[in-house]
Amino acid sequence: MDFMQKSVAPSVETPLLSVQGLTKRYGARIGCADIGFDLFPGEVLGIVGESGSGKSTLLSCLAGHLAPDEGQVIFDTASGPRDTVTMPEAERRRMARTDWAYVHQNPRDGLRMGVSAGGNVGERLMAIGARHYGEIRETAVDWLGRVEIAADRIDDRPRAFSGGMQQRLQIARNLVTGPRLVFMDEPTGGLDVSVQARLLDLLRGLVREMGLSAIIVTHDLAVVRLLADRLMVMKGGYVVEQGLTDQVLDDPQHAYTQLLVSSVLQV
Amino acid sequence: MIEIRNLSKSFTLHNQGSAVIPVMQDAALHVAAGECVGLIGASGAGKSTLMRMVWGNYLAASGVIRVGGLDVASAEPRQIIRLRRDTLGYVSQFLRVVPRVPTREVVAEPLLNLGVPPDQARDRAASLLARLNIPERLWSLSPTTFSGGEQQRVNIARGFAHGYPALLLDEPTASLDATNREVVLALIEEAKARGAAILGIFHDEAARARVCDRVVDVRDFTPKAAA
Repeated sequence: MDFMQKSVAPSVETPLLSVQGLTKRYGARIGCADIGFDLFPGEVLGIVGESGSGKSTLLSCLAGHLAPDEGQVIFDTASGPRDTVTMPEAERRRMARTDWAYVHQNPRDGLRMGVSAGGNVGERLMAIGARHYGEIRETAVDWLGRVEIAADRIDDRPRAFSGGMQQRLQIARNLVTGPRLVFMDEPTGGLDVSVQARLLDLLRGLVREMGLSAIIVTHDLAVVRLLADRLMVMKGGYVVEQGLTDQVLDDPQHAYTQLLVSSVLQV
Repeated sequence: MIEIRNLSKSFTLHNQGSAVIPVMQDAALHVAAGECVGLIGASGAGKSTLMRMVWGNYLAASGVIRVGGLDVASAEPRQIIRLRRDTLGYVSQFLRVVPRVPTREVVAEPLLNLGVPPDQARDRAASLLARLNIPERLWSLSPTTFSGGEQQRVNIARGFAHGYPALLLDEPTASLDATNREVVLALIEEAKARGAAILGIFHDEAARARVCDRVVDVRDFTPKAAA
């Protein structure tokens, strides 16, 4: 069973992702500056901060959507650790289709709205070489089921889906290829709280069963408390505090984090 | 199993004039395997603060907190995550769960995280829930809508699902009726019998007298200047 292997930790662990000195400037303005961290297999890292703190810029640099000005993003590929910043574009794209996944805040940015739900999932499989129609459709049905979309909706286009369903479809499309690292930009943003809860439950289960590592950008502290093992707090492009999620939230050390935590409305 | 030495703690409130509040100084205690140690002292004396430092969600200013060979005070987040998965359990006073997740899954989750097969994990969850008198018709519902006493029992079931070698219990018998209080005390005695080291806070004096082998008064750790 694959989940039994997870509990047998190797004696020496190699980080899945190792980030060093990552900096991105927009002219004279700082997008994000001197970011460094290691992410290990199976870990979920939350990045929080208010609008303009640089968290989305950082995520874009990590995922290869933006070229950083300085720094390294070293990913533990099948052939050993490689700096994804300096690797050829074609190779980075191949990795983005296989080892990585990116869940956008707005499902419209991550889905093809004119293609059926099954097509959205199958397309990713075909991009990595699947050709057998029956098998592709079978895998698509399986994944729609895992994200709680009924099989009889497989031929419907995402346009006909609710926001929560669209987001779950985007997750299925991203995870069908069995990535090792998932980038998520405000995955529960714009959803009703009840739909958010369902999505959180789904993501937690998938992370555990697939042994995924994930980096989640959000401004919602409740989301990171439930999903993230570790937390980085950003302000003005810099990481001002990082640590174990409940430690950062329950005993924040930096003035900004204290303000952030004390500003949350209790329900 | 749990050993604390020279532990101190202060809070710095940056948004209130950077006030530094020392709350603990030179704390020391140890809990051997199979032993239950109770923390005593008035409200605000630092019992929960000490427990949270052992759990790792409060940072220590200085000192050593050894739990099964790991110094929580200086450990990396992922080492603490592993410690919490394998070695150290915590029954807090509050249940914090993803809404919508069924009670039975909430209780089984620590075992699923350890890689226990789902059927086995759910069977173990079911037997604990039954023992703690949570009606079976509630198992498929989220505990977020349960009464305080029911949530407390779900929390206890979750904390006892895996046989952790070390356990932190924050008022495990508060808000329970006599029957369920008895079940919880029996669970604690069984955990001790299998060799668990337990550090607990019990306001219920009879419960404390029954399960605790020793007590430690946290007022001994109050910073001298503030005393």
